[in-house]
Amino acid sequence: MKDFFVVVIAVMIFIIIFQIAKASEYVSVLKGEEKSRKQNNKINGFMLITFLVLGLIGAWYCNHLYYGKTLFPQGSASVEGEEIDTMLYVTITITGIIFVITQVLLFWFAFKYQEKDNRKAFYFPHNTKLELIWTTIPAIVLTVLVVFGLKHWFLITGDAPKDAVVVEITGHQFSWDMRYPGKDSVLGKIDYRKYNQPSGNSLAVDFEDPASWDDIHVAANMYLPVGRPAKFVIHAQDVIHDVGLPHFRLKMDAVPGIPTTLWFTPKYTTEEMKVRTGNPNFVYEISCDQMCGQGHYSMRGTITVVSEAEYKKWLSEQKPEYFTLFKDKDPDANKATSDTTKTTTVAANMSAAH
Amino acid sequence: MSSVASTHDVVSHGHSDAHHEHHHHETFISKYVFSMDHKMIAKQFLITGIIWAIIGGFFSVIFRLQLGYPESTFPWLEDILGHWAKGGKLHPEFYYALVTMHGTVLVFFVLTAGLSGTFANFLIPLQIGARDMASPMLNMLSYWFFFLASIIMVSSLFVQTGPASGGWTIYPPLSALGDASLGSKIGMDLWLVAMAMFIVSSLLGGLNYITTILNMRTKGMSMTRMPLTIWALFFTAVLGVLSFPVLLSGAILLLFDRNLGTSFFLSDIIVAGKILPNEGGSAILFQHLFWFLGHPEVYIILLPAMGMASEILSVNSRKPIFGYMAMVGSMFAITILAFLVWAHHMFVTGLNPFLGSVFVLLTLLIAVPSAIKVFNWLTTLWKGNIRFTPGMLFAIGFVSLFISGGLTGIFLGNSALDIHLHDTYFVIAHFHIVMGVASFFGMFAGIYHWYPKMFGTYLNNTLAYIHFWVTIIGAYLIFWPMHYEGLAGMPRRYYDYSNWESFKMFGGLNEFISLVAMIVFAVQLLFVFNFFYSIFKGRKVTTKNPWEANTLEWTTPIRPGHGNWPGEIPEVHRWAYDYAKDGKDFIPQDVPVGDDESKHH
Repeated sequence: MKDFFVVVIAVMIFIIIFQIAKASEYVSVLKGEEKSRKQNNKINGFMLITFLVLGLIGAWYCNHLYYGKTLFPQGSASVEGEEIDTMLYVTITITGIIFVITQVLLFWFAFKYQEKDNRKAFYFPHNTKLELIWTTIPAIVLTVLVVFGLKHWFLITGDAPKDAVVVEITGHQFSWDMRYPGKDSVLGKIDYRKYNQPSGNSLAVDFEDPASWDDIHVAANMYLPVGRPAKFVIHAQDVIHDVGLPHFRLKMDAVPGIPTTLWFTPKYTTEEMKVRTGNPNFVYEISCDQMCGQGHYSMRGTITVVSEAEYKKWLSEQKPEYFTLFKDKDPDANKATSDTTKTTTVAANMSAAH
Repeated sequence: MSSVASTHDVVSHGHSDAHHEHHHHETFISKYVFSMDHKMIAKQFLITGIIWAIIGGFFSVIFRLQLGYPESTFPWLEDILGHWAKGGKLHPEFYYALVTMHGTVLVFFVLTAGLSGTFANFLIPLQIGARDMASPMLNMLSYWFFFLASIIMVSSLFVQTGPASGGWTIYPPLSALGDASLGSKIGMDLWLVAMAMFIVSSLLGGLNYITTILNMRTKGMSMTRMPLTIWALFFTAVLGVLSFPVLLSGAILLLFDRNLGTSFFLSDIIVAGKILPNEGGSAILFQHLFWFLGHPEVYIILLPAMGMASEILSVNSRKPIFGYMAMVGSMFAITILAFLVWAHHMFVTGLNPFLGSVFVLLTLLIAVPSAIKVFNWLTTLWKGNIRFTPGMLFAIGFVSLFISGGLTGIFLGNSALDIHLHDTYFVIAHFHIVMGVASFFGMFAGIYHWYPKMFGTYLNNTLAYIHFWVTIIGAYLIFWPMHYEGLAGMPRRYYDYSNWESFKMFGGLNEFISLVAMIVFAVQLLFVFNFFYSIFKGRKVTTKNPWEANTLEWTTPIRPGHGNWPGEIPEVHRWAYDYAKDGKDFIPQDVPVGDDESKHH
């Protein structure tokens, strides 16, 4: 019923506007085309300058309302992201100045040079000097931005430092899986044809590769130590996904068949970020940033950044996936088969869900 | 460039068949349906485009309801959408279908076919002084292929598994695998076939526009005397002819992957628990093919708007366009660069960083010709004597939006910043302002300006002014705050943000944006009403040249017949921008140069 009234009201507003519009056309015919045109001109000239003033105030007000919510006041949560923030501020400053100047000129000229009886337009078809000025100045400004941009770009896309923590992250409709290389620091090979062999091998790891035997598989939440570079090796199983890390100012696509990488250095632990943002529920989220199907919006992963000691402790508590899939190879399970529930890892839960 | 020798014999041929429209009888079918008159074909494109714009706009209203009110239900949605909105709540799959179709419809069917289809057809012969297009037959086919594409695309809305839902960029493997998404079943095949038809239409049109402009200019109309609209439409057609075939090849390869078991874009895939046999393809290859069209497409949409805005700004400032040659040169530069920047859509695909850096450089280079155009438009207004006709207001609005949206392109084109901003609402804000709304403003400017020539009547002025003011204020209210959501990293194409700790604080803003979007959409309906009402009941045009403009279309009768000029085609003696010259308000192009005239151009 409410919807019905909304429609009725909308239609009535339409009719009223239309009647006013029709009446005003008759009035303008009576008044004479010339005169009504001049009147319209005055009104619209005034509206344009008002729009400029209110628009600039509105832009300021919008910034006032939402700047705090962009997480820029808190700064980047990764060391590499700091440079991106700096570049962003430089770009905002430069484009902001150009924005204000050009918009003011546009609406000011429109207002100032509106049609007047005694005004004659100025025949001014071209001026080489002026045109050269506004070709060179943008070119110089852009060169500066390009140079700084590329410096950061090559840093971020360059090789990760040798001591980086390596984590493999695999996207599939609609969740993320993580794999740590274990003690040997080498990830076991992946062969998509090994999917579900044996049953529960959801990451299609090739367990004939000895490097895979100590690999640790965890679902959805990743642990990282603070202050140490982290390198992601990114896979996708079905369609293209994207590892989006807004707090670290990074993202990278996950493409089936083509592994990609990214690296960064977390600056603050999750607990520190809770204080910095004043949000007790703060959590580093991994958003899928590439359209991947109907559950795209719910493809959420999380990262818990902890101190180096906590990270080591956490890591030592994880059980390699090899042992959960090949129970007979697990030294612990062979020792105490009666007490398996205790040692069930997140990964095992995950596999069971499959 | 200034050689016009070849046009002379065409013109003399044109003279011999003057008045020919009186000689043969026109039936309803040959006049309104299978018409070969470029003006009627233009109107067909325009009206089909308007219908598509209403559909595409309405889609956005529905998905904005979901974004603005994720907790609410709307029972009437179930009435119109059935099982796609059970209990009045949009199904995520159909949400994505709506997003996909909104993009496809507005980018291709409205702002490509509806915009250049309308104005290239309408203005090219009228402004260069030709009786019709080089091939009226191909021109007619161009519309009917577009019509066919439209029918197929509309039919995909009614198949059981729904229309394509992988985004308008249809990246495989999502779009290639029926198991990955409902929309990738039959809906995707229909999408691809419809786009293939669309591309055929666009090529037939484009070849015709280029041929006509190069060969059929009237006597005296050298290339450098052409109005900027014609230059813009010329470059648009060149872009389309050279880039659309690449998308066609991509679409055909994708059809093969979908239906014939090839592996152009597929490799190492496990979907719905099944291991696919495809190996050796590259999902990224498709993105290269897509964006090789996709980026020029942005300029296919934008250039006609630039051309029309230039013309309308000059006419209503009563001043020549400032820096004509620089305007042509910058459009030429944009055309060339448009082909060399496509990978800036792919900075985060794992692209080779060195290759990425080349694309950064070329992308930011586009800002130079764009800046030249903006400053030239501003200088055109400076010391003018400006008339705020509705067309002029929309042209000024176009410049404002082009500045706002163009500047954010400097953020996105710089790869280091793009890593953070890619696929967030910042991108949505950027391209909606710079190519969506700005091009719509160019299109509206064109419609208001040339409506008297199209239909012999005026649109209602009061409705036009309401339309302008609500639309420009609404456009900024909708898209400006989205920059902030994007800076916070809020991703595009999310059905619901309420479970995300990082993004849910924008819930109130999303509701506000949805509300404004609905108001703006309602006002567009007011424009549509004005458009159709005024064809029949609008104030009649009583003078040949209501805007006191210089270009040739205003030398034709108020309602020109097939052939445009009843007598001889006028000869051109000057460029199109002699406004305020030697104390004269305006001097049309067909007026011979006087002995006492100062030599400026």
